[in-house]
Amino acid sequence: MDFNDSTEEATFRQEARDWLKANEPTEAELEGLDGIEAAKLWQKRKYDAGWACIRWPKEHGGRGASAIEQVIFGQEESKFDTPEGLFTIGHGMCAPTMMAWATEEQNKRYLPKLASGEEIWCQMFSETAGGSDLAALRTRAEKDGDDWIINGQKIWTSGAHYSDYGVIVLRTDPTAPKHQGLTYFFIDMKSPGIETKPIKQISGGANFNEVYFTDVRVPDAHRLGAVGQGWQVAITTLMNERASIGGGGGGVNFKSVFKLAQTVNIDDEPAIKDKSVRRRLADWYIQESGLKFTGYRSMTALSRGEIPGPENSIGKLVGAPKQQDMASFALDLLESSGAIWDPELSQEAGMFQATYMASPGIRIAGGTDEIMANIIAERVLGMPQDIRVDKGIPFNEIPTSNS
Amino acid sequence: MQFTFTGEQHQFRDVVKRFLRDKSPATEVRRLMETDEGFDPVVWKQLSEELALPALPVPEIFGGAGFGFVELSIVMEEMGRSLLCAPYFSSAVLAVSAILNAGTENQKQSLLPQIASGSIRATLAMTESNGRWDASAVELVAQVEKDHFVLRGEKSFVVDGHTADLLIVVARLEGSEGDNGISFCSVDGDAPGIEKTLLRTMDPTRKLARLDFNGVRAQPLGEPGAGFHALNKTLDQAAIALSNEMVGGAQFLMDSAIEYSKIRVQFGRVIGSFQAIKHKCADMLIQLELAKSAAYYAAAAVDAGDSCLPALASMAKSAASDAYMQIAAECIQIHGGIGFTWDQDTHLWFKRAKSSEVFLGDPAYHRELVMQRWEEGI
Ligand SMILES: Cc1cc2nc3c(=O)[nH]c(=O)nc-3n(C[C@H](O)[C@H](O)[C@H](O)COP(=O)(O)OP(=O)(O)OC[C@H]3O[C@@H](n4cnc5c(N)ncnc54)[C@H](O)[C@@H]3O)c2cc1C
Repeated sequence: MDFNDSTEEATFRQEARDWLKANEPTEAELEGLDGIEAAKLWQKRKYDAGWACIRWPKEHGGRGASAIEQVIFGQEESKFDTPEGLFTIGHGMCAPTMMAWATEEQNKRYLPKLASGEEIWCQMFSETAGGSDLAALRTRAEKDGDDWIINGQKIWTSGAHYSDYGVIVLRTDPTAPKHQGLTYFFIDMKSPGIETKPIKQISGGANFNEVYFTDVRVPDAHRLGAVGQGWQVAITTLMNERASIGGGGGGVNFKSVFKLAQTVNIDDEPAIKDKSVRRRLADWYIQESGLKFTGYRSMTALSRGEIPGPENSIGKLVGAPKQQDMASFALDLLESSGAIWDPELSQEAGMFQATYMASPGIRIAGGTDEIMANIIAERVLGMPQDIRVDKGIPFNEIPTSNS
Repeated sequence: MQFTFTGEQHQFRDVVKRFLRDKSPATEVRRLMETDEGFDPVVWKQLSEELALPALPVPEIFGGAGFGFVELSIVMEEMGRSLLCAPYFSSAVLAVSAILNAGTENQKQSLLPQIASGSIRATLAMTESNGRWDASAVELVAQVEKDHFVLRGEKSFVVDGHTADLLIVVARLEGSEGDNGISFCSVDGDAPGIEKTLLRTMDPTRKLARLDFNGVRAQPLGEPGAGFHALNKTLDQAAIALSNEMVGGAQFLMDSAIEYSKIRVQFGRVIGSFQAIKHKCADMLIQLELAKSAAYYAAAAVDAGDSCLPALASMAKSAASDAYMQIAAECIQIHGGIGFTWDQDTHLWFKRAKSSEVFLGDPAYHRELVMQRWEEGI
């Protein structure tokens, strides 16, 4: 085993670091920009210099870098305070699905603009009828000449309100068993008949949406995979989703809670001297390192062209509850001021409070904790599947909450 | 042994429950939490006049109804369940306990009747910006003049401190430190020299304020400098009342999660039929019942004058905090995406769970106290 960079890796790391240092957006450049504008500015700058989506092929807007180089760049970039998050779904989930299922012309048209940040993508899978049970979705697509006509509603679509394109799974055959009647498309979010309505979250912010479709036309050419193959295509997206949500770093992590424990007191001493605080922090350090080293194992497998083993599926299930626990613990450390949420008064501009309110969502989005555990049990460990009461039944004959 | 509520207590609970169901539906909670005052004066008047709830813990000789702490805790539990936005905890629990524990007969006679009738609302100002709940953390100075104090310093995280008519302030005598010199005093909420700032809280259903005292004239409550024991007793009683409020909130959330798990269908069956969900709910019940037993027992112990009250208070607060937090997080989890939205009500309690957990000291603090107090046999 060797954890040091090879000579080439070290050279690459230095190159990345030098570029980041010289090009990191300055405060003056970001002044007055909202989150979206700031993220777009940074993404475009990376793209112009060949540092965006570096693992993608050159003709798709990347630089054809290796998996390890991608990790190295990610490590270096994370040392800078650069705008992030806006492109997670597009880069992490939509793009890999396009690469696997779209035509080369389509990839040449759409991926570079995704890489450059010019166009933002969203993922329209969940519906009120089907979240965990994604294949229960009902939004219909009916063939009309060279087009499909969409009617129905999606929900919980992160970023739909500022997205240019979206991937979507639709029911094209309600008489087939539920997994077989689905077809996958990508769609222009500006198409007539699409209406997005923001949904307010528990924090008071609104990052996800309801998306309504009334006679929306999508060309058959925007279909990914065969008619009726939508479930299989969706799996490509979901596999990548779980990888990109993964450990769910965020601002609340071992380092930030450690720092907090140095600044607040318990019994007139810095909290970090308290044995029980140390023990909890040590637990999280161990978990966080475990995830990091697990990531190394996956990356090594990837860099050799192998498929990562079961270790690749634990990230979200460890990371999401950990983040919730840490945010909750940080608020306890803050004692009475943990209950105050005022960017001007609260530590780290209220980051711990914000995370306390965001973390329940991470345990739900992209597969709930319970679904992730089922996946590990059934797909990784090969344990018998739950009895599926709706197996093989035509979709339109399955009982629902409403019937 | 008779560790159960009496028939009258059950009836009393039903009356309170019905009143709150009527006056504090989630729509009202949402309306009031957006206001600066954070309560509805009409509802306050009704709960004071029709149900005489503020009179509950006040002895009859001081104009109250002379009920026990158990009845007070029943009210708190129901208010926790319905998340009533009203200055009940601050006035009837914090301030009344402080006056009863610290004041002289005359002072009780002059202060309590109006609080009991609900015509004035009082609160206790104890913590400061250090956020600590132990007596030694009190820094606000009371300078002794002939028959009054002059207060200089600040108080923070004062529940309903911006709207209270009467402030019971915990101060320390000039030059004192540690557990010595702790003094209670009372002062009008609008006395000259008090600057009030409403704090922006994560839980908007319970308002907290910062109060700055710039040479404020206040009346001593009890013997100056001898307030240490009264303070501890007040905090223990407050912790017990709050624990009962917390189990009420936790009960609401558990009920709502279970109800939802019986109607939400995924994979062709209700999600409550998945063992992953059943076990989660069973865990909730275990946590809740342990916490309830601790909270009820501690409330009864106040009435019985149990000498182990401090240990019981810390135990109840730890158990209730753990249960409430766990149940709040799992209630969102069981609701899935819906549970993460503003329009679904769970988050109101999820935020109250955290604000209650850190109020009067977090579970780690109380666990340490449980051990210390157990070792000392109190
Ligand atoms: C912040 C956030 C962002 C999101 N962004 C997007 C997005 O961009 N695009 C998109 O398509 N979707 C998005 N979602 C939706 C998300 O994928 C769903 O919310 C999630 O899959 C759960 O579905 P649900 O909300 O319908 O809950 P349900 O599926 O109804 O789950 C309710 C509860 O039942 C449990 N449950 C369900 N089935 C089982 C089972 N078989 N065994 C045990 N327990 C079970 C769940 O774990 C959960 O606790 C987002 C959600 C959130 C919270």
